[in-house]
Amino acid sequence: MIALGIFLLLLLLLVVFGLLFRIQILTSIFSGSSRREIGTSNRVNAILMMAFLVLGGAWFAYSFVDNYGKMNPPIASVHGHAMERMFWVTMAILGIVFTLTQILLFFYAYKYQHQEGRRAFFYSHNNKIEIVWTIIPAIVMAGLVFAGWKEWSKITGPAPKDSVVLEVMGKQFNWLVRYPGRDQKLGVVNYRLIDATNEFGFDLNDKSGLDDFVAGEVHVPKGHPVLLKIRSRDVLHAVYMPHFRVQMYAVPGMPTKFWFTPTVTTDEMRAKLGNPKFNYELACNQICGRGHFAMKLNIVVDEPADYVAWFAAQKSFSEQNPDVLANLKQKSGNLVETEVVPAATAAVGAQPNPAL
Amino acid sequence: MAANIPTNAQVQGGIGTAAPHIGHDAHHDEHEHHDQHWLFKYVFSQDHKVIAKQFLITGIFWAILGGTLSSLFRLQLGWPESTMEWLTPFLGKWIEAGKLNPEFYLALVTMHGTIMVFFVLTAGLSGTFSNFLIPLQVGARDMASGFMNMLSYWFFFLSSIIMFTSLFLETGPASAGWTIYPPLSALPQAIPGSGAGMTMWLVSMALFIISQLLGGVNYITTVINLRTRGMSMSKLPLTIWSFFLTAILGLLSFPVLFSAALLLIFDRSFGTSFFLSDIYIAGQALPNVGGSPILFQHLFWFLGHPEVYIVIMPAMGMVSEILATNSRKPIFGYRAMIGSLMGISLLSFVVWAHHMFITGMNPFLGSVFMFLTLIIAVPSAVKTFNWLATLWRGNIRFTTAMMFSIGFVSLFISGGLTGIILGNAALDIQMHNTYFVVAHFHLVMGSSAFFGLFAGVYHWFPKMFGRHMDEKLGYIHFWLTFLGVYLVFLPMHYVGIAGFPRRYYAWTGFDTFSQFADLNKFISVAAILAFFAQFVFIINFFYSIFRGRRATENPWNSTTLEWTTPVSPGHGNWPGEIPAVYRWPYDYSKPGAAEDFIPQNVPYSQTQSSNLPYERDME
Repeated sequence: MIALGIFLLLLLLLVVFGLLFRIQILTSIFSGSSRREIGTSNRVNAILMMAFLVLGGAWFAYSFVDNYGKMNPPIASVHGHAMERMFWVTMAILGIVFTLTQILLFFYAYKYQHQEGRRAFFYSHNNKIEIVWTIIPAIVMAGLVFAGWKEWSKITGPAPKDSVVLEVMGKQFNWLVRYPGRDQKLGVVNYRLIDATNEFGFDLNDKSGLDDFVAGEVHVPKGHPVLLKIRSRDVLHAVYMPHFRVQMYAVPGMPTKFWFTPTVTTDEMRAKLGNPKFNYELACNQICGRGHFAMKLNIVVDEPADYVAWFAAQKSFSEQNPDVLANLKQKSGNLVETEVVPAATAAVGAQPNPAL
Repeated sequence: MAANIPTNAQVQGGIGTAAPHIGHDAHHDEHEHHDQHWLFKYVFSQDHKVIAKQFLITGIFWAILGGTLSSLFRLQLGWPESTMEWLTPFLGKWIEAGKLNPEFYLALVTMHGTIMVFFVLTAGLSGTFSNFLIPLQVGARDMASGFMNMLSYWFFFLSSIIMFTSLFLETGPASAGWTIYPPLSALPQAIPGSGAGMTMWLVSMALFIISQLLGGVNYITTVINLRTRGMSMSKLPLTIWSFFLTAILGLLSFPVLFSAALLLIFDRSFGTSFFLSDIYIAGQALPNVGGSPILFQHLFWFLGHPEVYIVIMPAMGMVSEILATNSRKPIFGYRAMIGSLMGISLLSFVVWAHHMFITGMNPFLGSVFMFLTLIIAVPSAVKTFNWLATLWRGNIRFTTAMMFSIGFVSLFISGGLTGIILGNAALDIQMHNTYFVVAHFHLVMGSSAFFGLFAGVYHWFPKMFGRHMDEKLGYIHFWLTFLGVYLVFLPMHYVGIAGFPRRYYAWTGFDTFSQFADLNKFISVAAILAFFAQFVFIINFFYSIFRGRRATENPWNSTTLEWTTPVSPGHGNWPGEIPAVYRWPYDYSKPGAAEDFIPQNVPYSQTQSSNLPYERDME
């Protein structure tokens, strides 16, 4: 009932506005002002242009300063600092261009508003000035490209040999983490072996997979290069770690990677921000379905000693799931062949899995 | 002045399809066209002006729908904790226990993007103005093929019907984002929208592409072959240059999207593995191996990037024209403007992979595309400076079209500059797929192109409908929209710099993304208000078609050929012969001239007092 009342009220208002509008038009025709080619509205709009520049500029400056503190996720990686610097240097250059051009635009609009009897300046081109304002942006761009290219090459270059390696795999809708174990080699996986227990699709025929372990969150040591190997087992996902300035797609059928060096431990960051509940978070940043917005994984940056202790305390997947190993051993020799898979899947799938 | 002009038959006699019209129209009064059945006059019309209006009105319908969808998801983003129960009468089962269904949220985002990019800013903008202005401004009776032109609209119409119907499917419309990246878009197991919704999306887009190609071939042919006598390429208004180059871009890039869509249809329906590999989903390992989802992205963005220029270039052309007309000054650096349009067109084909820096593509390729991408900023900068120089020492009339054109330049600068951040591969690592990207492209191609569209409608409305739109309502529309756009998209950059991912149903699950709840509420309020401000335009538009102030033949004292036609030109455009062209389109405020504009069809022999030294030979 109330909704109907509101609707009728709005309708009435609309009709009233419509009538007022019509009356305004009729009076302006009657008074002759509708025929004047350039009326007072020209002056009003010119003033509004100037007002927009001044007030809008002030609002932008205020809101920018007001929000600046909340804008930058705290940095926790080596390349993050370089990127941050480049970002704000570029923004400053853009800011100068932005300010100058916007001021000129609105100022000209105001200054050169129509005046009776004045004639515009017939000025069709000026090659010299046009060459200048082609070359200057080109030079600035060249500088930015060069800086960006240098940084990009460094970030995407090969990871140091002694990097800590771990694998993050995206699936609808969570992340799975795998470490290579003591041998520092990730075991072979096969997506056809995936089931409720063997979520990675471990092919335990491969000896290097025997000591691999899975973890519920990412642990990495501070000050040590970390190589993330990234996979997806269903649709596209993207590993996005804003504090580390890390982002890379997770692509089914095409493993990707990204390496970085964390610089601040979780505890240090908690102390620094005065927030005891702070966690580094990994978000999915490529649309992947219903739970896209909730694909979160916590990352813990440890002191190297703590990391070693944590690493040592982990139990390998094969140790935790002896039945998977046993099943696969029975079928040894022809694991990769597809017809074996359903049997293995059925046998393992029946077992509840305490670890995951 | 028309006395010494040869007949049309001499000018255009060589064009087979156009010739019958010419003979017909040249000797008859336009009233005789009233004999035509209304069905062929207004519905299955081959008149480019009617087709343009059809595109425009269909585009307006889509724009309202696209805006409504964005209001819905802004409600969700602004008030993630609030109940949406009150929307149940409209959305039905998509409201679950007072909450918006997250999959439907993705469908809203997907359809908003698809509708705005393709149905509004490609078909609605380019379809309207290329159709309306090309024959009128080059001096032709109609498009090279009126029949193909009609087909172009009706393919668009069919495509629209299919896309619209898909909104009401049981499983929802396509929901994999407007970029429809597989495997998400290929597998109904991954998201229900990838079932029938995606099939209809693909069929609709295939028809849409056919429409674009039919239109594009026509635009190109008309510009090349049907220019009136004297209308050399270097005398074309910048609008025509921009439509011409836009059509070329579309012709070269849309087929690639078609191929991507076709391969995706194969993967979805016929068991091929172009884009699928190593997938375990819904408890099942799929048999597909060897495909690459990245291949799809290459194909998609090979269209997708030129597409943003397909959207923005017509707006650039119209804005150049309107700025010059209303500053009463020649456009500054006419040749540089053409050159930069050409530069943008060429470069737009070699920058696509900047959308893919962090997809796992070879980093070396990333470097190459970063280099090419940042080059494209140079012609864009040249255009901006030239627009500013056009205003300088002008005598500016603030018509509504002029306001929107100035707004366009402002938005183009604001949005364009941040492209320099995103084109830098190193910085894109952090910014990719955040709200920084959303803010960037909504300013530079979304809002700017919309401003170009509005400017065009206000400016050419008198030629379209023989009446003016109401100026005061126009000013209100402009200021509300201009403020609204900035209030929405400037703060959105802050949210983006903070790393907020796009296409998120809610950010509340992350501590990292918890600090901007207020700002998101603010953005939502501004967005919804700006959307409602558009109804001022819609009311003004439809009211003015029937009751607007009557227009004269050349209400803006403009120089281009369309203003030499009668107030409401009939099919064939000029009742008599087509005027010939003698000069470039920007002779505004020429020293020594009696008036502050000299139309293109005025020969130099009649303007001896204002001719420049090199023009004396042409007297």
